[in-house]
Amino acid sequence: MSSETKQILTTDGIPLEVSLKKAERKNKIKAFLLVAPLLFFLIITYVFPIGDMLFRSIDDKMVTQMLPKTFKAMETWDGQELPGEEVFAAFHEDFIKLVEDKREGKLSTQLNYTKNGFKSIIKKLRRKSKSFEEGNYKEQIMSVHKRWADVEYWRAIKRRAPEFTSQKYLKGMDMYVNEEGKIVSVEEDRRIHRVLWLRTLEIAFFVTVFCFLMAYPIAHLLATLPMKYSNLLMICVLLPFWTSLLVRTASWMILLQQQGIVNDFFVGIGLVADDNRPEMMYNKTGSYVAMTQILLPFMVLPLYSVMKTISPSLMRAGKSLGGTPFVAFWKVYFPLTIPGIGAGCLLVFILAIGYYITPALVGGASGTLISNQIAFHMKSTLDWSFASAMGLMLLSGVLVIYWLYNKIVGIDNIKLG
Amino acid sequence: MALPKYTEPHYRIWHYIYLTICGAVFFFLIAPLFVIFPLSFNAEEFLSFSDGMKSLDPDAFSLRWYKDMIYGTKNPWGLAAKNSFIIAIFATIGSVILGTVAALGLSSRHMPYKGLIMAVLISPMIVPLIISGVAIFFFMAKAGLAATHTGIVLAHIILGTPFVVITVTATLSGFDHSVTRAAASLGSDPVNTFMKITLPLILPGVISGGLFAFVTSFDEVVVVLFLAGLENTTIPIQMWTGLREQLSPTILAVATCLIILSTLILVTAELLRRRSERLRGINR
Repeated sequence: MSSETKQILTTDGIPLEVSLKKAERKNKIKAFLLVAPLLFFLIITYVFPIGDMLFRSIDDKMVTQMLPKTFKAMETWDGQELPGEEVFAAFHEDFIKLVEDKREGKLSTQLNYTKNGFKSIIKKLRRKSKSFEEGNYKEQIMSVHKRWADVEYWRAIKRRAPEFTSQKYLKGMDMYVNEEGKIVSVEEDRRIHRVLWLRTLEIAFFVTVFCFLMAYPIAHLLATLPMKYSNLLMICVLLPFWTSLLVRTASWMILLQQQGIVNDFFVGIGLVADDNRPEMMYNKTGSYVAMTQILLPFMVLPLYSVMKTISPSLMRAGKSLGGTPFVAFWKVYFPLTIPGIGAGCLLVFILAIGYYITPALVGGASGTLISNQIAFHMKSTLDWSFASAMGLMLLSGVLVIYWLYNKIVGIDNIKLG
Repeated sequence: MALPKYTEPHYRIWHYIYLTICGAVFFFLIAPLFVIFPLSFNAEEFLSFSDGMKSLDPDAFSLRWYKDMIYGTKNPWGLAAKNSFIIAIFATIGSVILGTVAALGLSSRHMPYKGLIMAVLISPMIVPLIISGVAIFFFMAKAGLAATHTGIVLAHIILGTPFVVITVTATLSGFDHSVTRAAASLGSDPVNTFMKITLPLILPGVISGGLFAFVTSFDEVVVVLFLAGLENTTIPIQMWTGLREQLSPTILAVATCLIILSTLILVTAELLRRRSERLRGINR
């Protein structure tokens, strides 16, 4: 007998399999339609803009569009010696058009980013170009300023020909493309971004370690105390968690200031002299202390929820089998808490690495992080493409951490609250 | 946690060391909040305890910073509070509606690409805020919504929905779907079923997600710093400006009010959590 004759039909004569598939598809569509509003809202307002950041960070069309003919003429130029007349003529044509549109200032700013010294010679060229005669532009342009006769400057222009650039990313790592087109690092004393990346990692790492060391004992206490005490103590964890970040930062500013309570206390117990109060704010110490306290609940809660599920009889069993309490703890209890440790550390590290408000308020110059630099470029220098590039570098770092975490511990093992 | 009588002395010592460490950590967690409270009643302009306050002299305490907060000339707190509440309320409503509906779809077992979609939906919670701020700013600037209430509300909906999605999905995980089937078999249409059957059962999750969304919006400063103009100032922005420029006791008065507000929210959230656990039959 063939399988077709065995086919089961529904009452209206459609094969059951088909009918089921249809119902299944209908359910799928229904479920998807429920998710769709939020999904599309987020894709439009959030996911695309992050893509837009990527585009902005590599976009370098401005100069490409300002000097289209020049770059076309330059295609055959090998960059060894000064380009020929046709390049100069094309450049002149592009330039006259820019002057007409009053955009030559933008060109000079852009080219100045690539090589210093363009600003003045473009200004000069604009003035002189009014009295240019037709033909032989090479001679005429070169006579405006000796730098126009310098092949280095023409190479610098050619470097701006591509529509896309990795320059902002290199800048974020204190590197740049030098005259020969090689990627090199900037001088040692100007490597501000590398210092910032390292400091961000360092602060995030130590804040995570401090949080872990402080959260482990109290999470254990909360998980083992009888309910009526632990509920009360839990408030000590939850109240800071629900309190405004700015309020908590403000309280640290009061505590840590030079005439503040912590310093008063140190003077009171004779640890430091009254006239020699240490600076505890506007430096790394401030960032460490405030960030540890603010992020501590994010470590306690996952640890607590994992420890809550560990039966106390396991420790008793360990001890009854001859282990000292320490051995029982280390061999039995601790390994069971690893999912909680992983979740807590991941949360705290990722929150710390992107921290902005607290370091900006209590960190001073030596305690600020990469986020502060991003905000600085967004608000002060308005170099949005650079801010985007740095933001995406930070984001990819965060995603790599998630990926690693998923590989090592498994994201499903995360337990929150 | 009392130790059994037979505990050896050196474990006893360890135990007390452990309790001391725990006490110190709890102190470190909670004490900073309580510094703000007395100092906001300071009669003087300093942010440290005056000698009068230390000796509990009634003259050293006053309500002048609270008066300044409410009646002070040119003070920004009234407008900021109004904006904060308006923005937070609308952002909460938006997040709760979008988030709950999405969570309903997500917890259906027919949902295709569940993992991927979930990742997109909770991404605003995972991505560092500063990056979200930059991205949302680019979008709002293009859409002409920068420096408008609408723009900030939309931004806060983006940041608030992940919390609603997570809490409601968690509540739905213990949800018995046969009750909705029962309702359907008795002739109820899906909307009616949702309003009469599903919603009342998942309400604790929805409300606690809403509370998260509210607090997120009410507290949010990074994204708002990029988006807000002078007209859209909020409490966090005013606090931020105040803390950067000059720490005045008025800020402490505001901070005290915020602590009281967060205490109320904490209590509500805890009560809801317990109720929800009771309803779901989880006994911890």
